[in-house]
Amino acid sequence: MPASASLSGLLWRRPAWRVAALISLPAIWFVLFYLAALAAMFVSSFHTVDELSGQIQPGWTLDNFRQLLGDWTYGRIALRTVGIAAAVTLTDGLLAWPFAYVMARYAGPRLRPALMALVMLPLWSSYLARVYAWRLILAHDGALNWLLHGLGLPAASIGYSNWAMWIVFTYLWLPFMILPLFAALERIPPSLLEASSDLGAAGWRTFRRVIVPLAMPGLVAGSIFTFSLTLGDYITPLLVGGPGSDFIGNVVYSNVGVSNNIPFAAAFAVLPLLVMAGYLLIARKLGAFDAL
Amino acid sequence: MRQSSEPAPLIRLSGVRKVFGGTAAIENLDLAIHAGEFFTFLGPSGSGKTTTLRIIAGFELPDAGTVALDGQDLSRLPPHKRDVNTVFQDYALFPHLTLLENVAYGLRAKKIPAKDAILRAEAALASVRLADFGARRPGQLSGGQRQRVALARAIVNRPRVLLLDEPLGALDLKLRHQMQVELKALQQQTGITFIYVTHDQDEALTMSDRIAVFNHGRVEQIASPWMLYEQPQTAFVAGFVGITNIIARDGTACALRPEKIRLLSPDAPAAGWETMPATIAAVSYLGMSTRFLLDCADGSRLTAVEQNMAHGAEAPRLAQGSPVLAAWSAEAPWPLAA
Repeated sequence: MPASASLSGLLWRRPAWRVAALISLPAIWFVLFYLAALAAMFVSSFHTVDELSGQIQPGWTLDNFRQLLGDWTYGRIALRTVGIAAAVTLTDGLLAWPFAYVMARYAGPRLRPALMALVMLPLWSSYLARVYAWRLILAHDGALNWLLHGLGLPAASIGYSNWAMWIVFTYLWLPFMILPLFAALERIPPSLLEASSDLGAAGWRTFRRVIVPLAMPGLVAGSIFTFSLTLGDYITPLLVGGPGSDFIGNVVYSNVGVSNNIPFAAAFAVLPLLVMAGYLLIARKLGAFDAL
Repeated sequence: MRQSSEPAPLIRLSGVRKVFGGTAAIENLDLAIHAGEFFTFLGPSGSGKTTTLRIIAGFELPDAGTVALDGQDLSRLPPHKRDVNTVFQDYALFPHLTLLENVAYGLRAKKIPAKDAILRAEAALASVRLADFGARRPGQLSGGQRQRVALARAIVNRPRVLLLDEPLGALDLKLRHQMQVELKALQQQTGITFIYVTHDQDEALTMSDRIAVFNHGRVEQIASPWMLYEQPQTAFVAGFVGITNIIARDGTACALRPEKIRLLSPDAPAAGWETMPATIAAVSYLGMSTRFLLDCADGSRLTAVEQNMAHGAEAPRLAQGSPVLAAWSAEAPWPLAA
């Protein structure tokens, strides 16, 4: 076959076709399974369920949203979800800094892969197994209180509470903060830090004026992970949160499963979407994506 | 070659040693640099010149020895406590700050009020002909412009010493020549002591008051450009600064510069000259001059360079294979240290 008739020759001559061939599959995936599903969810949030038959009644009504806003229980659940997601993001941000910084700046060619493996190690085991492990650690007769007792300290009763959820979520999503932050820090040329110091800035000033602004895209990327992953979770609240520590996800889950009220679940699920959209807009306004 | 009658030096390095991974980058280095000098560290890569500069800046701690600025030891001070500033090889401009913010960075770090800092930064940008660029970011500039911003950012702090680490390395030849002239003018205007690192001998000769030639972590010679070229102390200096022939005279190795060799007809009278019959082995036309490779009667090889005078009238005589008489005056060969 002459070169001009071959597929590779054709794609070589027409770069636009090459791009199209590469992007079509993920694009179809994205549109069908992601955007279409989101749209379906959004539309169904305006539907209702017939109380007698349990059948979904199509139509355009704000009943679901009225019910959400009218009952303060849902407000508390939303606030708890967003509040813990924010607390987890903040804590992970603080914990990730020193670790990512050591990895990016000080770790040599042998230490760095070792630290990387340490970060990734938890992701090799099942999420459920790890949350159950924490349940055992934090339980009243668990490892934490056993340790506190051994040290002669009073027992902590943080099992099945918001504190427990905060600790477990912080642990779960920490790798998702460390990795993007590490990548951002690693990209800062060392000469910039030397230049800052050369121009008379002590360590703290260099950190605030050079390192933090340049690491911001990584920090924002990490915070999007930790925030949205916490926002959408319902298993950790189920396993380590106590009674009355429901997340939005738990309400959605029970309305889909137990009450069979999918339109109401969809309506509540719109909230995390709006929160994330707002978060991304603010991040963009602060210039977090300027370096992308 | 160190003058002892001079006043106390501004910068004095004594017995400085720096080891990287078991290899000494600098070995027992002594240097004295005077106020207002344009002083150059010249040497091949890995000769220790950049390490020495980084020790003066404070980016590296010496393993032994001291660095004194105006008699005060600063070898244990962090960079931000030293009254020296650096122009980095990659310029190291802050990409997230405007040019004005970049230039004002050092002033703000020294707690100079924002208003004064901005005025001084604007003046500094104007002095490198970038007055209208203050609101731009480094990413929007050409290499030459970035280089000038880096210079302004260092100069605006009026340091006692300005350290320049191959600042022109990334520029093309024409711009480099232009910047060499500008740098020298800037140094004379400001009176700031410049310490300049380069591996480019032309650059070193063009700008420097004195040059220290580095080789394998040691200084081979410290001298003015003229002395370095005309009276090199070692074979390394003779070979690194310009092209040279090493000839043996009375059992001593001597440096003989190619342009000091005249090419005469084999039968020309050459009384008072030292001579060597030779054949032309190769001719390279270089525009301004022509370079000849000579096979000498005693089996050695010499390089000779002749200016191309009016219309190259002599060219036919000096074609490849022609016999010539290489001649030089008795003072031309400079004896090297053993």
